[in-house]
Amino acid sequence: MLEARNVTKRFGGLVAVSNASLEVAAGSIVALIGPNGAGKTTLFAAMTGFHKPDSGSVTFDGADITGLQPHEIARRGLVRTFQIVQPFGALSVRENIAVGAHLREPNRAAALARAGEIAIRLGMGNMLDQPAATLTVAGRKRLEVARALATSPKLILLDEVMAGLNPTEIDEIVPIIRAVRDAGTTVLLIEHVMRAVMRLSERVYVLNQGRMIAEGTPQEVAARPEVVEAYLGHGAAQRIASVSA
Amino acid sequence: MSAWLQRALLGASLLAALAFPLVAESGFWIKFAFTTLLFAYLGQAWNILGGYGGQFSFGHALFFGTGAYAAAIAQTAFGLNPWLGLPLGALAGGAVGWAAGYLSFRYGLRGSYFALVTLAFAEVFRILANAVPFTGAGVGLFVPLQPGWAQLQPGPIGFYYIVLALVFASLWFAWRIENSRFGAQLMAVRENEAAAAALGVDAYALKVRAIALSGAMTGVGGVLYVQFYLYIDPSLAYGPGISVEILLVPIIGGLGTIFGPLIGSIVLHAASELARRIMGDAPGIHLVFYGVLLVVMVRFLPDGLAGLLRRKRKAEVPRNA
Amino acid sequence: MLEFQILLPSIVNGLTLGAVYALVALGLTLIYGVLHIINFAHGSLLMAALYAAFFAHAGLGLDPYLAMPLLAAAFFVVGYALQRWVIGKASHGKDQNVLLVTLGISIAIENLALYLFRADTRTIETPISYEMLDLGIALVPYPRAIGFAAALGIAALLWWTIERTDLGRAIRAVAKERQGAKLVGIDVDHVFALSFGIGTAVLGAAACLLLPSFYVSPSVGNVFVLVAFTVVVLGGMGSFTGALVGGLAIGVTESVGGLFLGQQLGQLGIFVIFIALLLFRPTGLFGSRLA
Repeated sequence: MLEARNVTKRFGGLVAVSNASLEVAAGSIVALIGPNGAGKTTLFAAMTGFHKPDSGSVTFDGADITGLQPHEIARRGLVRTFQIVQPFGALSVRENIAVGAHLREPNRAAALARAGEIAIRLGMGNMLDQPAATLTVAGRKRLEVARALATSPKLILLDEVMAGLNPTEIDEIVPIIRAVRDAGTTVLLIEHVMRAVMRLSERVYVLNQGRMIAEGTPQEVAARPEVVEAYLGHGAAQRIASVSA
Repeated sequence: MSAWLQRALLGASLLAALAFPLVAESGFWIKFAFTTLLFAYLGQAWNILGGYGGQFSFGHALFFGTGAYAAAIAQTAFGLNPWLGLPLGALAGGAVGWAAGYLSFRYGLRGSYFALVTLAFAEVFRILANAVPFTGAGVGLFVPLQPGWAQLQPGPIGFYYIVLALVFASLWFAWRIENSRFGAQLMAVRENEAAAAALGVDAYALKVRAIALSGAMTGVGGVLYVQFYLYIDPSLAYGPGISVEILLVPIIGGLGTIFGPLIGSIVLHAASELARRIMGDAPGIHLVFYGVLLVVMVRFLPDGLAGLLRRKRKAEVPRNA
Repeated sequence: MLEFQILLPSIVNGLTLGAVYALVALGLTLIYGVLHIINFAHGSLLMAALYAAFFAHAGLGLDPYLAMPLLAAAFFVVGYALQRWVIGKASHGKDQNVLLVTLGISIAIENLALYLFRADTRTIETPISYEMLDLGIALVPYPRAIGFAAALGIAALLWWTIERTDLGRAIRAVAKERQGAKLVGIDVDHVFALSFGIGTAVLGAAACLLLPSFYVSPSVGNVFVLVAFTVVVLGGMGSFTGALVGGLAIGVTESVGGLFLGQQLGQLGIFVIFIALLLFRPTGLFGSRLA
């Protein structure tokens, strides 16, 4: 459904993403992991039109979307959330979500009603009339997801929606993401919380220093020495192997 | 405030507004009311772009002057009926608004840069209006005196009702914006453009629409002004004075609120009339007052008077709940 | 060549004008570079300084060149106070608020001048007003030659202050990373006000250099604020070299352009450059950074 092919993105002399490819099948949950600064968010931004890739192509739903504007890509059903949450601070939670709903729903009352339904689905029913600026971090992360879902996306890109949440909050959000997929929306997520990645995803891509270094099922990827090294530093895999041997 | 009380209050003010010319004894107060309402209307036009859209224009005189000149030239040079000047002014103001928006938003200007470029556009038009012959250059244009409704010179009371109707239309329009997809998306762009784009909002197209709408509304205001005073010149039309007065109104009253511009214009003009009576009518003194007021408002009441009311109401909520 | 004989003096003339533009723009660019705000009141503060220089001459018989340190000091205080107690307090962390507040200040100052001094244009005469300096290629009035030299001198002094003194180091630190500067114990509000004060003090000096060969009226600031903005945008917001080169370039453009197009349309030219720059090259030709 979504395919990035050999995407490269440079900022000045710095190569943030180098020749990275990934593929997301319709109806699946795929995770993109990697250490901080690996270029995950940049790759998201390059796929959703926020950065124009220097080379490579992005295909979505059978069409080439490389270099399209963010709103055009969103209209095609590929919607992202932001790692650094971006609420419409002065608007209420309901109004925030309604902005997403308006993508497919011109009627104001219907959009507000839909916003209410989605908020309830995400456990935000009691915050509907609160200004978004007053939400906690967990609330804002959820609002990101709610707004994106309200656009009825075909594929949703979730950028670290669990970062900064406590274990209880993570346990709450995992079934929500699964439910999103079960309702027909494909999911690609960037995540650091490995527990959630292992539980949720069917396929995992690992990005390190801008390069895709591994892909496979969560179990396969976790066993790969280069992945362990990417997270723990050079030589770590060997040391672990020698210790356990 | 209960919904019932609110409605009663609205109804009462409507009646008072309609009956005002019957009780106002002197022409002075009618003229005062005309100016106040005209700027309530112009302030609402600015509010669409600046309050709801978050794009602060420092050059709304660009649209005001263009509307005024369009109607005046059409009348003096081509003998067009001034009633047709109203749609013409809207068209001219809207077109200039669209062009200014196309240029500045296309290249991603926002915040301070957008404010600067709108100011510069207005100044360019002022210099041009001073230089070219068909605006009457520095001398300005006189609209011939032809009293009567047929030539859109209905006298002070007639003008009062026309501008009152415009104010009501603009209030209704602001209410529509608050309750429509266009408005919801516009406010989303104001709050966070990137997040809005991620949700499929075409921020560029929305902002251009908002500035064109605002320009068209402002253009109509310019037509009314020139019909009332029967004269326009480059600094009246395109000078920074008009731009500042237009933006002061919603800032005093409350940005991005339906009644903010109306409240703001009433307070601004009442206070400035009071200041005039105390300090005399020397040139410049009312603008000193405007400048100080702008500083004081932003310093102490950045949400305007409507924001003050809202804050008070919010403070009441816990007690009621 | 005949054209050359007209053109060369025009260029020299433009350079002397441009040096003063550059000086005014330096103040603006310093404020922008450190505080990241656009000071709309810059032009009207210059106008106020011109009136101060005028009345120092007319009332106290003080020569503008002698009044220069006095005025610079006075306007430093004005600028410091404005930023510390008015602009800084009113911003509430939003750029647009700063813009509105400085707009309000400029309207108030300009119209106060109109109220107090009427719209009259005033000039002063100094002993050297009509003396000419013969450069061989062009005759330059002495006030302009002095203005040129002094403007460059002040620019150099400013550069030295920013680059070589502790104050300058603090200013640069705040300009670059205000949070970090706060963490290492720099009083950011104080540095902001100091920078604004210096930017305004420059206006006090510029006024003294300008008055002998120019005039003062309540609206004179408008002429300069536009030019200063154009220079700053041309040179890159916050760039010192940019402001200097930009100022000289605009001075020459205006002088030479006025030669061919007449004064009114010459002014239009500056606006057109300004708009084009904002649209196509808002970071300026020299990038944006404090020297």
